[in-house]
Amino acid sequence: MSATTIVSLPDQATARLPKTNYLNNKHGLLSWLLTADHKRIGILYLLSITFFFFIGGAFAGLIRLELLTPQPDLVASDTYNKFFTMHGIVMIFLFLVPSVPAALGNFLVPIMIGAKDLAFPKINLLSWYLYMTAGLFTLATLVLGGVDTGWTFTTPLSTHYLNTHVMTTAIGIFIAGFSSIFTGLNFIVTIHRMRAPGMTWFRMPLFIWSNYAASLLMVLGTPVLAIAIVLVALERTLNIGVFDPAKGGDPLLFQHLFWFYSHPAVYIMILPGMGVISEVMSTFSRKRVFGYTAVAFSSVAIALFGFFVWAHHMFIMGVSNYSALVFSLLTMLVAVPSAIKIFNWAFTMQKGSITFETPMLYAFGFIGLFTIGGLTGVFLGSLGMDVHLTETYFVVAHFHFVMVGGMLMAFLAGVHFWWPKITGRMYPESLSKLAAVVTFVGFNLTFLPQFVLGYLGMPRRYAAYPAEFQVLNVMSTAGATVLGVGYMLPLIYLGWSLKYGAIAGNNPWQATGLEWQIQSPPLTENFLETPIVTQEAYDYEWLEEKMKHEVTHVG
Amino acid sequence: MANANPTATHETLVHDAHDVHEHHDLPQLRHHFETEEQQREAGSFGMWLFLLTEIMFFGGLFMAYLLYRNWYYPAFATASNQLNVPLGTINTAILISSGFFMALGVWAAEVRKKNVLVLMLVLTTVFGYAFLNVKYFEYKEKWEKHHIPGATFDISEFVNPPIDAKTGKPTEEPLAPDMAQKTQLFFFLYFAMTGMHALHMIIGLVLLLWLIYRANRGEFTEGYVAPIENFGLYWHFVDIVWLFLFPLLYLINRHPLK
Repeated sequence: MSATTIVSLPDQATARLPKTNYLNNKHGLLSWLLTADHKRIGILYLLSITFFFFIGGAFAGLIRLELLTPQPDLVASDTYNKFFTMHGIVMIFLFLVPSVPAALGNFLVPIMIGAKDLAFPKINLLSWYLYMTAGLFTLATLVLGGVDTGWTFTTPLSTHYLNTHVMTTAIGIFIAGFSSIFTGLNFIVTIHRMRAPGMTWFRMPLFIWSNYAASLLMVLGTPVLAIAIVLVALERTLNIGVFDPAKGGDPLLFQHLFWFYSHPAVYIMILPGMGVISEVMSTFSRKRVFGYTAVAFSSVAIALFGFFVWAHHMFIMGVSNYSALVFSLLTMLVAVPSAIKIFNWAFTMQKGSITFETPMLYAFGFIGLFTIGGLTGVFLGSLGMDVHLTETYFVVAHFHFVMVGGMLMAFLAGVHFWWPKITGRMYPESLSKLAAVVTFVGFNLTFLPQFVLGYLGMPRRYAAYPAEFQVLNVMSTAGATVLGVGYMLPLIYLGWSLKYGAIAGNNPWQATGLEWQIQSPPLTENFLETPIVTQEAYDYEWLEEKMKHEVTHVG
Repeated sequence: MANANPTATHETLVHDAHDVHEHHDLPQLRHHFETEEQQREAGSFGMWLFLLTEIMFFGGLFMAYLLYRNWYYPAFATASNQLNVPLGTINTAILISSGFFMALGVWAAEVRKKNVLVLMLVLTTVFGYAFLNVKYFEYKEKWEKHHIPGATFDISEFVNPPIDAKTGKPTEEPLAPDMAQKTQLFFFLYFAMTGMHALHMIIGLVLLLWLIYRANRGEFTEGYVAPIENFGLYWHFVDIVWLFLFPLLYLINRHPLK
């Protein structure tokens, strides 16, 4: 086994998938719809969030298409409002929040800590049904004619002035919130109580740490969003004035409640992605993650700081100068643990034997794009700059760099990294590398011009804009087209690989995690007997020893 | 690291997969837990976490209440005077009794006394139901006085309070119309908070009926007490929420202007 080629596929002629695995041990639609197996629920999530991702993506496409020309000539302004609202709601609540935790996390968290399942398998299934119900409400909104509040439901616009389908959407998001709470609760209990013997806190993979931190945010933040949504619904139906200034209420109260969840929600979206990057970086550098403890604690630190920064969304909305100042300073604090992660990944690669497999390409994309997104976040956290840049395309570009450039890249890195474990098959390598590059190029072409647009003063959420902004908007739309191709490609070749892909074997990347020590696809019970863990998560020296032994033994 | 043997043949895999089910101590032990102790701890930890989310949920309402009470102090003080303190006090006593019986129920399950457990659960249910009944009369009173927020909300009583027959003076300090309008916020928050609390009680009562049915079959008095314990935590949480709601809504500073 030479050090340069990591992928060692079993001989095609003789290799077969294991006879018994979690995919084929039961048959029929009901065996999937009533399953309590965390792996199958992970697959259900993977399929459904992919579906919603492409719905949200279709709306993104429509938005970019409309913005090709300065005039609102593709659709009228109110239809455009519905487009960006749908895009935001679907992408945030139905894709970004559940993507890595609910799909990959569900599949991997129990396996990575040596457990047979999550602590509450039935609640896990329930949370998928809640997610699907939320999805149905969102689709119903779409069919009924849409909603145009923007994804933030800002009152009193949402409660008193709009006659679109705010209620169905609000109910959908309320239900999606419970799905998220149950997932978080399940993860926390599982990680606390179900680790295999020897799996101490500081032997856990960083993917577990980051999901743990994100779960804390889900459990503590989501209920506050739920109550804010309940109040909006009550105010709308009963015509109360709790958020209506004309009746003595305060729209700022809604903003506080909403952002108390929705800022931490950004970290719910990004933290599990950071966990994926830690796994990928370590595997393809053949080294343990540099500063493991610092990276682990930085996840928890991001989660904690995440609760103290919400009012930076409200700098221009009438909060006092002093509180704005405090929130500005607190916001900058989040940059510290984020930077710890970035620097530690860089040090992980230093002197490592780096190979450029597809997951690693996506991880590189993540680091580049997330760094840009993070740094522009410092601009927006600075009080003075924010007053100039807020509600412009600069903000749009910033959070797309963090959440699409960050989280979506991490999600794709994770899907490619664990695909052999999930399905037992490999995907075509050159095509997948091409997709990673196309995505990266398309992404930059789409969102870099938007920083300039925002700096020049183009506001977000308008269907029309001054003619001098057209060149940059055309660039952005062209980029979106490339980006769309980058997203379609994995859909095609991953689907193809399900039937025709090469058999992956148990550990195609020669990684150290527990999940790579069991068969691919795994058995329903994951482990034949409970593993006893004796090493830390990223012990590549041990793996080299083991491989050397196996090679001499076989050969 | 892992003991799972990747080279095992398919036959041994299947065989071992069946074996996994056979080392259970108790029929209630679910397949993915190693021990009864682990299952019980996981359940209890999960319940505590869930209650934490509930605290955050009610926390938003408490924050709204404290904020508006601070801003519209005269309106909130006058409006809170409209709440029926005797009924609220009786209800507090009823709810604490219900919690007391629930605690005895948990004890009965732990010492494996089936009949005592069933009796305690029934008493918990009866007192919980009584609480909701009293709540119904309180809500009805508000309905009759047009104190339900929404279209038919009536502020005339706060602008022109009724004259006391003996002294010939208003029973309350009159409020200016714009301040009187803010009493609607008080009543909205009153209904939102007590309504949310009542909803938790209704869910609790449904669960209680199901637990009584299962307790009667002897499910919880053979060493498997986790459902009773966890429900007990839930029920006490509902009690505690009320113990914050009662003073905040009914009792503090009822007559600030006299």
